[in-house]
Amino acid sequence: MEQLLQQVINGISLGSIYALIALGYTMVYGIIKLINFAHCDVYMIGAYVGYFCMTTFRLGFVPSLLIAMVVCTLLGVAIEKIAYKPLRNATRIAVLITAIGVSMFLEYGTMFFVKATSRSYPEMTGIMTERFNFGNVVITMQQVMILVITVVLMILLQFIVRKTRIGKAMRAVSMDRDAAELMGINIDGTISFTFALGSALAGAAGVLVGVYYNSINPLMGVLPGLKAFVAAVFGGIGIIPGAMIGGYFIGMVEVFVSGYGGSLYRDAVVFGILILILIVKPTGLLGKNTGEKV
Amino acid sequence: MSVILNIEKLTKSFGGLTAVSNVNIKLEQGELVGLIGPNGAGKTTVFNLLTGVYVPTAGTITLSKEGKNTALQGLKPYKVCMNGVARTFQNIRLFKDLTVLDNVRIAMHKNVKYGLLSGFLHLPSYHREEKKLMEKSIELLKIFKLDDKKDEYAKNLPYGEQRHLEIARALATNPVLLLLDEPAAGMNPAETAKLTELIKWIREKFNLTIILIEHDMSLVMKICERIYVLDYGMVIAKGTPDEIKTNKRVIEAYLGEDVSNA
Amino acid sequence: MKKIFEKQAVRKLIFLALTFIIVQLLIYADIIDAYLQNTLTAICINIILAVSLNLITGFTGQFSLGHAGFMSIGAYTCAIITLRMPTIFGFFLGVFAGAIFAALVGFIVGLPTLRLRGDYLAIATLGMAEIIRIIFINLKITNGAAGLQNIPRFTNWTWLFIFMVGTVLLITNFLKSTHGRACIAIREDEIAADSMGINTTKYKVIAFIIGAFCAGIAGALYASYFYFLKPNIFDFLKSVNVLVIVVLGGLGSVSGSILAAILLEIISTFLQSFSELRMVIYALLLVVIMLFRPQGLMGSKEVTLAVFNRLGGNLKSGMSKLEQRFKSKKGRV
Repeated sequence: MEQLLQQVINGISLGSIYALIALGYTMVYGIIKLINFAHCDVYMIGAYVGYFCMTTFRLGFVPSLLIAMVVCTLLGVAIEKIAYKPLRNATRIAVLITAIGVSMFLEYGTMFFVKATSRSYPEMTGIMTERFNFGNVVITMQQVMILVITVVLMILLQFIVRKTRIGKAMRAVSMDRDAAELMGINIDGTISFTFALGSALAGAAGVLVGVYYNSINPLMGVLPGLKAFVAAVFGGIGIIPGAMIGGYFIGMVEVFVSGYGGSLYRDAVVFGILILILIVKPTGLLGKNTGEKV
Repeated sequence: MSVILNIEKLTKSFGGLTAVSNVNIKLEQGELVGLIGPNGAGKTTVFNLLTGVYVPTAGTITLSKEGKNTALQGLKPYKVCMNGVARTFQNIRLFKDLTVLDNVRIAMHKNVKYGLLSGFLHLPSYHREEKKLMEKSIELLKIFKLDDKKDEYAKNLPYGEQRHLEIARALATNPVLLLLDEPAAGMNPAETAKLTELIKWIREKFNLTIILIEHDMSLVMKICERIYVLDYGMVIAKGTPDEIKTNKRVIEAYLGEDVSNA
Repeated sequence: MKKIFEKQAVRKLIFLALTFIIVQLLIYADIIDAYLQNTLTAICINIILAVSLNLITGFTGQFSLGHAGFMSIGAYTCAIITLRMPTIFGFFLGVFAGAIFAALVGFIVGLPTLRLRGDYLAIATLGMAEIIRIIFINLKITNGAAGLQNIPRFTNWTWLFIFMVGTVLLITNFLKSTHGRACIAIREDEIAADSMGINTTKYKVIAFIIGAFCAGIAGALYASYFYFLKPNIFDFLKSVNVLVIVVLGGLGSVSGSILAAILLEIISTFLQSFSELRMVIYALLLVVIMLFRPQGLMGSKEVTLAVFNRLGGNLKSGMSKLEQRFKSKKGRV
């Protein structure tokens, strides 16, 4: 029982990170129908920005987190403006290949500058090292921080999407871009804003992962990125609450599979889930079916 | 005369919306029947149900050919086509980046008799069958005066010729029943007149039964022997063109109720 | 008509024979040394991979990101067989068993996933390739993450050439048949193709199986040349590598894939010592091509030997003009 509880706690931490990344995938897919392969590398850049803030500039956790989010926001918007915007009317395959190209560019560009070796995040100090023991179940302060920050960011995101003008514009564009444009919505601005939001969340996830797992490298985004995407598909791609549910689900699955002896097949199970969902219900848990109009 | 197509109680709902409800249509061999109605009445949905693009919510579609009855409802589009039903699309769906010749040759695929192995190795059966295929395609394209444009990309044809190529492609599947979805859309009166003659002619030549969706009333009234009128997914009238012209419900559906009250 | 046909076939044959002999002579003369032979092998294997992926993605329009998965199945099958049976017979058995095994997996994976469209299929195939890789990491017979060593080498220029020409010919023949046209119709408009009597699921699966089969051959040749295998050779990046070749050459152009495979391998040979920079350039190439020439170098067009005809024709007409001038001058004198 205690072991189970411990797994659940670990699963929530990992799931929070997947959920934060998945939100970026899902929002971008919702608005321009693109699997933004470069998203996982924005998360990696976030981790590196946090790293340099904490080591080179000796900043604390919170300022580092905020700076990483700001840098990632700018990066996300830049990627969209440079690589995707000129392809607004190109075929989906062309844009997808561009996304793969941007992703590789970020990975190997980073590797070129910081080398391929892993770096370890600085040791946390003070309040961040607290541990809470409940019998044999341990909750670390870092896990609490991850959950709190994730929940705060999600509430903020929901507020922006549901209650603000720009959020309304986002929803309108993702429903019908042409109609939204005719209603006077600034399409390019809205798309850029979507990239900005998603990238900020990914940047936060990057710093949190650095703090939690301690080790970062230029290819660290690839696998979590794919899994976060699986999470987005699981919840129903394009649907924001779906990405949150999916993130926690995939996090739990992963922790439980490795916790109960299957750690070697951990990743295979996640991809197995992906293929299963795609076959059984490609629109995901919360998705609705829409066929092609003939 | 024998019944070739019998549609009974055909219904299709999308979620809460019933696009086609309880439609009954019966077609005699060799007939040319019009399917008309206001925009959104469910005409194209009927075609999509007939050709297997949509699966009906309820109802049956029976095709009778050479004394054999086949249930078409629920079959995949290619199976429906194999049974001898071919169609054109309202919004032209040619293979745009392929040549005129390839468009027709692809539609003849189901009648090509060589296997995969012969396709890989170009065995004698490949050469024999491809030669036959070429001759048949050219013959068909000649009817539509497209044979001298056989190596042109479909997307480069003028609009009217694209519509013609769609009909040619449908005929290439060797159908007994042809469904034409607004073949005269976007054509000028002279082109429409020519198309009218062509439709009549191919019906005789290929021994076809035809259902025609069309907004151009001059075309419909001129060539259709019988007409079905759809509104809100239901058949509201059927009969000869003269009967339809004077039918009160049809006029209401087209012009709104106020007119008939006035 | 028939005569022209035969003439073309003869020309093709001469062209192929000449290519083979010249390269063979260069190898004998040691101008293509051991290092360049690696490049040559990589080119041939990449041509097989790219042409077969082009069949799936460029011609049938099914976006696959899992080609490395099929390649790895061929590679491991061939390696395991030749390690136990280090004879030329074992090599053949390995190549064909690898190809068939890859095709089988292609069939099993393709049947359910090919109902998916566009990016969903891409992700499903990517997931499939990752699962295959993880299985190879965990199996005993493949020696896990450490991989297999000392695989006997049978792959040489002769076999590479035969298998490369064989697979490319098979695929081009297929594309010129009614079955190939059915595949292309699916790319153009799936619903229209279906309505014209083409069993779209069947042909998508067929294209997938042929592609997997050829990728299996490529993998087997790879295993039998480079002595050693480990699962991480066949990661997502390898699939992307093949995709880059196909896209650069042009989706829907066999000759484009061949040219791009040669071009990219030469570039990467030059950049061998800067591996990170090489990947950055690769990545930039992808983005730049998509931004400025999304149809690739060749679009969907093909280079044929007619290019040589035209060149030859120009030469001939040039010569005859010269001759005439010469004659007329002579006449004047």
